[in-house]
Amino acid sequence: MFLTQKPVFSNLVKVTHMQYIPQILFIIISGVSIYLFAKKVGEIRRNILLGRDEDLTDNSKERWKNMVLLALGQKKMFKRPVPAILHLFVYLGFVIINIEILEIILDGILGQHRLFVPLLGQKLYSVLIGCFEILAALVLIGCVIFLIRRNIVKIPRLIQGELKGWPKNDANIILITEVILMGLFLAMNTADLVLQSRGVEHYTLTEQFWISGNLTSIFSGLSNEALIAIERGGWWLHIIGVLAFMNYLPYSKHFHILLAFPNAYYMRLKNQGEAENMEDIQKEVLYMMEPEKAPTDAAPAEAPRFGAKDVTDLSWKNLMDAYACTECGRCTANCPANQTGKALSPRKIMMDTRDRLEEVGANINKNKEFVDDGKTLVHDYISVEELRACTTCQACVEACPVSIDPLNIIYQLRRYLIMEESNSPEEWNMMFGNVETSMSPWKFSPDDRDKWVQEMAEA
Amino acid sequence: MQVKSMAEYAANGEMPEVLFWVGCAGSFDQRAQKITKAFAMILDKVGVKFAVLGKEEMCTGDPARRAGNEFLFQMMAYNNIQTLNGYGIKKIVTACPHCFNTLKNEYPALGGEYEVIHHTTFLQGLINEGKITMKGGGTFKGKKITYHDSCYLGRGNNIYEAPREVLEAMDVELIEMKRCRTNGLCCGAGGAQMFKEEEKGTTRVNFERSEEAVATGATVIAANCPFCTTMLSDGLKNQEKEDDVQVLDIAEIVAQSME
Repeated sequence: MFLTQKPVFSNLVKVTHMQYIPQILFIIISGVSIYLFAKKVGEIRRNILLGRDEDLTDNSKERWKNMVLLALGQKKMFKRPVPAILHLFVYLGFVIINIEILEIILDGILGQHRLFVPLLGQKLYSVLIGCFEILAALVLIGCVIFLIRRNIVKIPRLIQGELKGWPKNDANIILITEVILMGLFLAMNTADLVLQSRGVEHYTLTEQFWISGNLTSIFSGLSNEALIAIERGGWWLHIIGVLAFMNYLPYSKHFHILLAFPNAYYMRLKNQGEAENMEDIQKEVLYMMEPEKAPTDAAPAEAPRFGAKDVTDLSWKNLMDAYACTECGRCTANCPANQTGKALSPRKIMMDTRDRLEEVGANINKNKEFVDDGKTLVHDYISVEELRACTTCQACVEACPVSIDPLNIIYQLRRYLIMEESNSPEEWNMMFGNVETSMSPWKFSPDDRDKWVQEMAEA
Repeated sequence: MQVKSMAEYAANGEMPEVLFWVGCAGSFDQRAQKITKAFAMILDKVGVKFAVLGKEEMCTGDPARRAGNEFLFQMMAYNNIQTLNGYGIKKIVTACPHCFNTLKNEYPALGGEYEVIHHTTFLQGLINEGKITMKGGGTFKGKKITYHDSCYLGRGNNIYEAPREVLEAMDVELIEMKRCRTNGLCCGAGGAQMFKEEEKGTTRVNFERSEEAVATGATVIAANCPFCTTMLSDGLKNQEKEDDVQVLDIAEIVAQSME
């Protein structure tokens, strides 16, 4: 309505018109933010779908259960109770304080202030905001402790090699932003309470909030104008901060707050020990052993690539895994190879996959379709030495709180190295040869396989 | 003691209760042969009618698959499934968690569907049925033993309790390492590492793990995998602890405790 209202002649209307400026500004800022966010999310979705098909839709009951337990309930986080509790504060704070964002958005659009007070009643509203304030304080404390763990205590998994540069800054930016957002929320409420107590117009009366109610003395010496500036400034910075943060997410490791949910839902429902079967090769072996079963009329299909050389050879789930990774390093901290100083770090496998996929995505944005850039995930991002160090022990898969499977990627890259590049250590070539000719990985005579039986008979 | 092959059973038109899948380590490796013999002896003593494939058994293909050689894996799987299905095998027990994992989880997609049991679970079943009686309260009664979870039995197949229950039935004093159950540290052999030199690092995985095991003060490290047994024994030698601490398979501990 106000958008279409033309400037008219009366002063009164002019004043009213001026009042709409913050609302219009608010709507424009929100609209642009949401558009940019949706655009980037769409791009990520496209990137994920560059991966090959993998059907992970069976057994939806089990999948919903996993999502509730692992993503919503954060079950695996509680293997390490201290970070789990701090993370829970930040997580609950994030989810629940966003209810307050709803009021902020509606206030912003409608030019109201604390729209929900008359709806909920003074008492209930104040209790609710009180709860939000306690959560805000817990988020603030949690983030400060997280910053200390990363930058002062220097927990090993939080300072490892692959985090140098951008990943380290990314983590600190997120934590500092959350501290600032929560600080603004509390400052805004404190100024609001002082303004209410002075009966300033527009400031709807509420009861004292649980935390800011105790902080009013800090602001009591300030003028009404200064307080309004703090309250409005806090309001604007808070909401702009939230919108900016939303747009930061898809460029950051922090995107896990959204992707943890689909990632838990689509996790592979099998024993972790089971490696993915390669049906192409299964068929090829079958047709070789039983030629009569081979289809005779089928046109020779283009030979598929065995294993994965680049991100587009991986499955869409591998690629979603990469975007869901928040680089916490539980995988790497539990990796036997990494713990004994080998080059392999499962976290780096995920970070490399995401970095390469983002590079491929940017290439597509620029050239409409992917133009060969001479780079691949294997060699350019992940080295043969890293891949060779894996014991396939599944500790990384077990450790991941958001159901990422780095081992699945390692298997596919190993398959590429062996079957496409014949890139294998000499000892493995000997082992393959033994399996093929002696039916055992060692060079023993197949005739001696039951020698122990004779020994037992003679004993 | 006579161990009969599947071919012998089939020739007499008989079926065993269970096929004992021995695996390559259990068949050829001198240390692992002892585990094979211990388990076969237990089966014989309690009167389980079992068979082995003997010369007809082949590598499951596990090391080839983990290294990335899917062709070779599929070849081995094809041949083994032909043999197993040819005999109409329904139930398999094995003392190797790698064979166990492959037979149980990876052969069904290729047409090989069997009930596959790891020997520690099988032993737990025998104990629960009261078929195993111990001499004088058990050879290992009160002994400090630490249990090493193999990756493919533990994380790979969620079997953590059966081997521990067997040890508890032997009246041992079970001491856990800090990294146990889902957090268990690998011995370093999996993923076909057994068949190659380790990559460059600050230490070896088996040194790290056996140091952790020695630090518990246990005199026996109980294992459930022939590869873990080898790796941990090598780790003990590196610390010059091979005279103070022993690595024994659960089957060996049970065999030595039985009447």
